[in-house]
Amino acid sequence: MTLRDKPATMRDASLEHLSVSGPGAISPSYTAIAQYGGRELQPNRGIPLNLDWIAAVRVNTSAVERRAQTLVTRRTVKKDWQAAWLLRAITCMDLTTLSGDDTDERVRRLCAKARQPIQQELAQKLGVESLGITVAVVCVYHTFVETARRALEGSGIRVAAVSTGFPAGLSPLQERVNEIRRSVEAGADEIDVVITRAHVFGARWQALYDEISTFKNACGPAHLKVILGTGDLQTLRNVARASYVAMMAGADFIKTSTGKEAVNATLPVGLVMVRAIREYAQETGMAVGFKPAGGIRTAKQALEWLVLMKEELGTPWMKADLFRFGASGMLGDIERQLEHHATGRYSADYRHPIA
Amino acid sequence: MSIVEKFITMEYGPAPEDPREALAWLDVHQRRFGHFINGEWRAPAAGTYFDTADPSTGETLATVAQGSVEDVDRAVKAARGALPAWQALTPHARARYLYALARQVQKHSRWLAVLETLDNGKPIRESRDIDIPLVARHFYHHAGWAQILEQEFPGYVACGVVGQIIPWNFPLLMLAWKIAPALGTGNTVVLKPAEFTPLTALAFAQICQEIELPPGVVNIVTGDGSTGEALAKHPDVAKVAFTGSSEVGRAIRKATAESHKKLSLELGGKSPFIIFEDADLDGAVEGLVDGIWFNQGQVCCAGSRLLMQESIAEKLLRKIQDRMNTLRIGPPLDKAIDIGAIVARVQLERIQRLVDQGVAEGAMCWQPSIPVPSRGWYFPPTLLSNVHPSSVVAQQEIFGPVLAAMAFRTPREAVELANNTVYGLAACVWSESINVALHVAAQLKAGVVWVNCTNLFDAACGFGGYRESGFGREGGREGLLEYLEPAWFKQAGRMHATPPAITQPPEAAGDFSAPPIDRTVKLYIGGKQARPDSGYSMAVRAADGRVLGEAPLGNRKDIRNAVEAARKAEAWGKATAHNRAQVLFYIAENLSQRGEEIAVRLATVVGRKQAESEVRLGIERIFSYAAWADKFDGAVHNPPFRNVALAMKEPIGTVGVLCPSDEPLLGFLSLVMPAICVGNTVIAIPSEKYPLITGDLYQVLDTSDLPGGVVNIITGRATELLKTLAEHDDVDAIWSFTDEASAAAAKMLSVGNLKQVFTNEGRAIDWFDAKQGEGRWFLDHAVQIKNIWVPYGE
Repeated sequence: MTLRDKPATMRDASLEHLSVSGPGAISPSYTAIAQYGGRELQPNRGIPLNLDWIAAVRVNTSAVERRAQTLVTRRTVKKDWQAAWLLRAITCMDLTTLSGDDTDERVRRLCAKARQPIQQELAQKLGVESLGITVAVVCVYHTFVETARRALEGSGIRVAAVSTGFPAGLSPLQERVNEIRRSVEAGADEIDVVITRAHVFGARWQALYDEISTFKNACGPAHLKVILGTGDLQTLRNVARASYVAMMAGADFIKTSTGKEAVNATLPVGLVMVRAIREYAQETGMAVGFKPAGGIRTAKQALEWLVLMKEELGTPWMKADLFRFGASGMLGDIERQLEHHATGRYSADYRHPIA
Repeated sequence: MSIVEKFITMEYGPAPEDPREALAWLDVHQRRFGHFINGEWRAPAAGTYFDTADPSTGETLATVAQGSVEDVDRAVKAARGALPAWQALTPHARARYLYALARQVQKHSRWLAVLETLDNGKPIRESRDIDIPLVARHFYHHAGWAQILEQEFPGYVACGVVGQIIPWNFPLLMLAWKIAPALGTGNTVVLKPAEFTPLTALAFAQICQEIELPPGVVNIVTGDGSTGEALAKHPDVAKVAFTGSSEVGRAIRKATAESHKKLSLELGGKSPFIIFEDADLDGAVEGLVDGIWFNQGQVCCAGSRLLMQESIAEKLLRKIQDRMNTLRIGPPLDKAIDIGAIVARVQLERIQRLVDQGVAEGAMCWQPSIPVPSRGWYFPPTLLSNVHPSSVVAQQEIFGPVLAAMAFRTPREAVELANNTVYGLAACVWSESINVALHVAAQLKAGVVWVNCTNLFDAACGFGGYRESGFGREGGREGLLEYLEPAWFKQAGRMHATPPAITQPPEAAGDFSAPPIDRTVKLYIGGKQARPDSGYSMAVRAADGRVLGEAPLGNRKDIRNAVEAARKAEAWGKATAHNRAQVLFYIAENLSQRGEEIAVRLATVVGRKQAESEVRLGIERIFSYAAWADKFDGAVHNPPFRNVALAMKEPIGTVGVLCPSDEPLLGFLSLVMPAICVGNTVIAIPSEKYPLITGDLYQVLDTSDLPGGVVNIITGRATELLKTLAEHDDVDAIWSFTDEASAAAAKMLSVGNLKQVFTNEGRAIDWFDAKQGEGRWFLDHAVQIKNIWVPYGE
């Protein structure tokens, strides 16, 4: 065996490698969008289904849980660093509303909040007005894509639509594909699709691959975010296998859950998916993004997820290009923490504008 | 730097734990500490002090007393004085004290964690999340044992005053591992913390005051190796417990050989970390981080030898390097640091020297390009590849953050490489196949095997080594036995050199109508009768002086041959317990068939009454151990993790047994049967008084389906034979049950490979009384416990 001559160095120390591109701005697809282990990574174009790879998946649940538990006790950020990280968390947010009682007005209100997630006064106190902090994306049902697109015009904030019979994903394939097309036509920049979980339970990897490939084609220029439904898949091995198939089929992001499952984004699940992304990057030279969604409500959780990304993948995965939070309630808590940072006093939620 | 810049770089930034409270405590003591003796702070008799430093800066934290022989004597006197009242307490009262200690540790957890990190240099994350919680857990667990001691260990009593010497790598945790079981079983303690890290032990002294532990029950004497030596040698210390280097462990073994002190040693290791191709590689890499980059690699059970299956070696090394690039080394009080400072400059230099030597021998050295502080004693995480079993870095304990990597081809080779070491403390096995993992775990020579996990510890699970990693266990039931002795044994008188009076005149055997056919007794080696290498025989006389016959005069070479035969018969240990039970029952059956004639011959030496009694009780004794063979089970522990910890009782290996002289048959059976019933193989030196018993024994064994080599019998001059056996590096344990001098010799001469030594301390044992002559006491000494940790979950 031989070791590589050059030590692999993480790039996060040098500023040149980090663009201050506005939140939500996605790099053109022909350039490298990330590095891992000193290697430049391209956007994901997918690869033919590799069943050997799926068969070789090994995930030890206890070991994953231990890493997830200790990861967040090994790292912490304090003071100005914490404020910076929380601001970064905001810029990685897919601010989401997916309720039966959503209305156009409700969506417009959400978009207004997306444009100005923290009060101007607070931004001044923190000295970060120049960053023009906004969330990355507003995520809605197809019905509200048009409303959101208009409300966000000129902000650089992208519009995502949940699609393909969300959240169950069990409507006929053609309907699901048409749903994607309609959303893209309506101006959605990103499409969050759900997979047929039954394909995973039945180990029908070809069927799963074909399904996601079809979605990818239907997306055209829009980014495809594939929701695995990890709460339904249950076992971490299933999560890992589904992650690989989704990436092979061309997913731009893999996403934990719908937010409608009994258990949604957990750190162990996230760790397994992030490791799959890393393995895929090393084997193919292509970078896939990650989106945990559901159950993320606090600033503390936001920091934990960012730590996970930094430790397992590095700083390129701490930007909206490759990392998103699917959340609705988290923003309020982050605002309170930032206020505390600026004033030294603990804040109350009514002091911050709601979405 | 503004928030904007931090937003761009997304670096961690400093996150220091505040040391003010801990430093204020040092200031309260004017940064100068005496010994803690009889519940009070006492200035050292000789008035000498030494400094203890913060390894992350090299700055002096405090000055502590250098313990002299006189200081140690004062402390032992205090412990001795406290003993009667402490032992007079009810178990429940002692349980209350231990419970109070557990609670007090929890209440002061952050103070203790910060102080530990200041003095030792380990990351605050580890002292806060691992060391101190385990300290509290240990006192809780042993508060429980104190409560139920009398029900669970009937007939056992405390040793008395216990001398304990602990290392600097887990200062307070090692203190807890020592003090909790000692107090819980009714001993009193004099403890010497390590020279580099005395502060948390002194903080613990204050905790003892706070909970109003009776004065003298716990005494803390600080100092260097000479203080430890004085403690180990003190005549009023009944038991010595040591954790530290194998070198010092050997010195203590020698220093205590001629006393009756009980001894437990927890020494070094070079633990294998085996990764199979079907492992969760990312999980295994994290396991390595917890294995070799935990506590700067200054862990006796650190997974310092990486054994990886060839098919995944390259990929694995890449993953390890990627992971090493994200390790953070720096000020240990920083909450986001993985690797802190090495405890002392001398250790740092030793690590560097060994790494240099490894590189000189052809190892490739790789270190990540991560910033390492220039001030303080730091050593970067290091990966050595292209390492071979013969490399010094594969054999010697480095005690630093240095991983030596080797590849293997098959599970068998993995086991071979793993066991190719003088140590046997711990091992890790990573595989997603439970068949592979448990198959390999069973074959590893190690006291702890972690399957798909690393460096998990718990008070309920014994910890301790095989081979030269020491003997004795800490934690669990087996850990308590280290601080207990059978009450009868403690009170037993010294063995008399003269044989017991024979009440009846010896009787002639056989018929006198024709001269008897010459009966030639030989040695018994590998299941065959063998002539002695020397070609000499020695006369064996009856009680009246008449020559009964000749026994072969065995020598070194016969012992050597017997050890080889015993080693070859190791399959006996893997035979099923049922199979061993059957063989033992059959031995009893065959002894019963020949009982009368054996008794007649034996009577010429010990008299008819004793001879008949030896045969009758001998048959019973064999039955007892045949019964035990498939009932001396291990246990499944419930540590506070989602896993099962399988406590497997494994044979020690090859045991040399020096049999009592005065009970030629019963003494032999009382020692050899418990040894073989759990799977050991034996080289026995039979009764020196009547070695002719060998001829009877091997005829019985030969006809009982006992595989050749399981029991080997060498007659001759017992002292000489014992010397060869005790010095033989392929013998794993020595049992000596004759006089005091032999017991001392067994201990003294066995330091080469640190054999487990079990003796009668020259005390008289009534082999005719089953309460003394058989049972768990012998069986406990015939096995060593391997804890296999198996996490589960899907």
